[in-house]
Amino acid sequence: MKNLLVTTALAAVLMSSAASAEDVKIGVILGFTGPIESLTPGMAASGELAMKEVSDSGKFLDGSTVTPVRGDSTCVDSAAASAAAERLITSDKVSAIFGADCSGVTGAVLQNVARPNGIVMISPSATSPALSDAEDDGLFFRTAPSDARQGQVLAEVLAEKGVKSAALTYTNNDYGKGLAESIKSNAEAAGIEITIDSSHEDGKGDYSAEVGALAQAGGDVLIVAGYLDQGGKGIIQSALDAGAFETFVLPDGMVGDSLPAAIGDGLNGSYGTIAGTDSEGAGMFNKMAEDAGIKIDAYVGESYDAAALIMLAMQAAGSSNSADFKSKIMDVANAPGEKILPGELGKALELLSEGKDIDYVGATNVELIGAGESAGSFREILVDGGKITTAKYR
Amino acid sequence: MEILNALALLSNYLVIPALAYGSQLALGALGVTLIYGILRFSNFAHGEMMAFGTMAVILVTWFLQAQGISLGFLPTELLALPIGILAAVLLALGTDRIVYRFHRGKKSQPVIFLIASLAVMFFYSGLTRFIIGTADQSMGDGARFIFTAREFKEWSGLDEGIALRTTQGITVAVTLICVAALFWFLNRTRAGKSMRAYSDNEDLALLSGVNPERVVLIAWILAAALATIAGTMYGLDKTFKPFIYLQLLLPIFAAAIVGGLGSPIGAVAGGFVIAFSEITVTFAYKRVLTYIMPGDNVPDGLVQLLSTEYKFAVSFVILVVVLLVRPTGIFKGQSV
Repeated sequence: MKNLLVTTALAAVLMSSAASAEDVKIGVILGFTGPIESLTPGMAASGELAMKEVSDSGKFLDGSTVTPVRGDSTCVDSAAASAAAERLITSDKVSAIFGADCSGVTGAVLQNVARPNGIVMISPSATSPALSDAEDDGLFFRTAPSDARQGQVLAEVLAEKGVKSAALTYTNNDYGKGLAESIKSNAEAAGIEITIDSSHEDGKGDYSAEVGALAQAGGDVLIVAGYLDQGGKGIIQSALDAGAFETFVLPDGMVGDSLPAAIGDGLNGSYGTIAGTDSEGAGMFNKMAEDAGIKIDAYVGESYDAAALIMLAMQAAGSSNSADFKSKIMDVANAPGEKILPGELGKALELLSEGKDIDYVGATNVELIGAGESAGSFREILVDGGKITTAKYR
Repeated sequence: MEILNALALLSNYLVIPALAYGSQLALGALGVTLIYGILRFSNFAHGEMMAFGTMAVILVTWFLQAQGISLGFLPTELLALPIGILAAVLLALGTDRIVYRFHRGKKSQPVIFLIASLAVMFFYSGLTRFIIGTADQSMGDGARFIFTAREFKEWSGLDEGIALRTTQGITVAVTLICVAALFWFLNRTRAGKSMRAYSDNEDLALLSGVNPERVVLIAWILAAALATIAGTMYGLDKTFKPFIYLQLLLPIFAAAIVGGLGSPIGAVAGGFVIAFSEITVTFAYKRVLTYIMPGDNVPDGLVQLLSTEYKFAVSFVILVVVLLVRPTGIFKGQSV
């Protein structure tokens, strides 16, 4: 027995001292069940695509490999997400967390698991403005832009269109509230009067009372910060029926082909914003993803970038220890340095091992600002002829 | 002119929606009140019965549309309605046979019936979701408007438009026809009179030779038909989603109780009382006041008594007040 203990201890010492060529584990915590379960398989596959690319290059930390370990965030259940993250860290010994996805569980995992254990986490899709100010010990980053940024962009669009006053309605949850607050404060700063900001509940049959209140407040346009197949659609339909508003402003939750299909011609002339970029990297990533059999959907590019940033930072620090590489993430993501596009992770690893600087551009034109969140490129859309068209990128 | 604008504004956002909504509630409350009058229990499964009947109507409509049959500017659902009613009637009679007849035989307490209806409600809701799913189904083809807000503005020269949707017109017309037919049936026909007799005094009616099983049968047929019509009208006017019929249960019961449970005329009046209260209390009067206040006074706020989130709370408050002050309702129904 004693011998066995000694041998085990010896083996453990040997293993930890063998810094060269280890198997680095990265936790993939996404809502594989729950409200966004249709998006997460693509997101996870994109992140794992980057990990495979790095492993296959053979240049990562002296020939180390990367293994993803999946956990279920459920998107809505903070306790379940924290338990899954705890398991990944304590029993699977992951070095970093790629995730979580929804804003609520991401905040919970950060506070309950990542900070106490000192593990870096990069979320590809949490957009709540509240996460910008969260205490994170420099461990939390995200490749998705905050909704606060979208409010800013939307206010710019409104000002350019010459809107003087607008009514605002939002879906009654964290996303809707955060986005509405940001739109309101930015629009008012730009001199646009918000005549009313009222919430609506999703899943109701009748929105005529809500529209009645919005119509009484009046405004040039109606901003609908909701969901396109939920209350947002009901509000727009009801407003058009009553002749209350003619132009609608659509933030990201409302942009999708099913909306003009459901509403018809009444939506023509409405406009909005959604995260998006026309950069070279986006095209390259879409091709890579298609080859790998991944459906191009929301947040797949952000997922690839989040996973890539984790591994590039590890390479830059020469260590897979969160405490060592957490300070390198901003360095590899931003200028100066050679620009790195999707599919060029091998080249990036080589440059880093030579001690050179890189500027990771990736699929979504990554530029981390503030407390480590994507500055975000937005696509301004216009509904024209029953279709969503791109007006410009900003 | 200012007064006319204010009136147009009120009609567009308050009177027309409330009339359509009130009609839908009245149809629903009639079914609840009939069952209460004859079988003497509150049928909680009524909302889900509406959902089931509407689902049947939608399925038949899809079939008709696939065959290329339509009704011109009227929605095809009207053509499918009789078959939907038939499906709902069969379901109601089947349920009565399996669940309620057993309890009638045992002369169970009303509260037992009520709990049984709760179980039936869950069964119906599962059945509907199992067949058509939980998602939104948009209903209604044909012309969307009788006249639009813009057409009205051009015709009248007012600043405020009134829009009247085809579905709103149909809802009110169908409700008038149904209510008239029901009252004719209850007051003029032998079967209707025997139902009223049974409802007023069961023992005397039995002594006079009224067949109780036949009365119950007619009550279920009428309730299922009314539920399907109410559900289809609501779905046409708004949207079909199984969940919203569960939410409708509260205003429907409020309407039936406010009018007086067991009283058909009360159910109709109650439906409109609830609909108009819900909408007038949560309506913002800012622009109306802007039109009718003298001079250039514009109110600062929205002049809204309650935010629209509290729409259903209005039904609750009315319900509580009526139960405290006048438990038999406006038209002296049975006390709850």
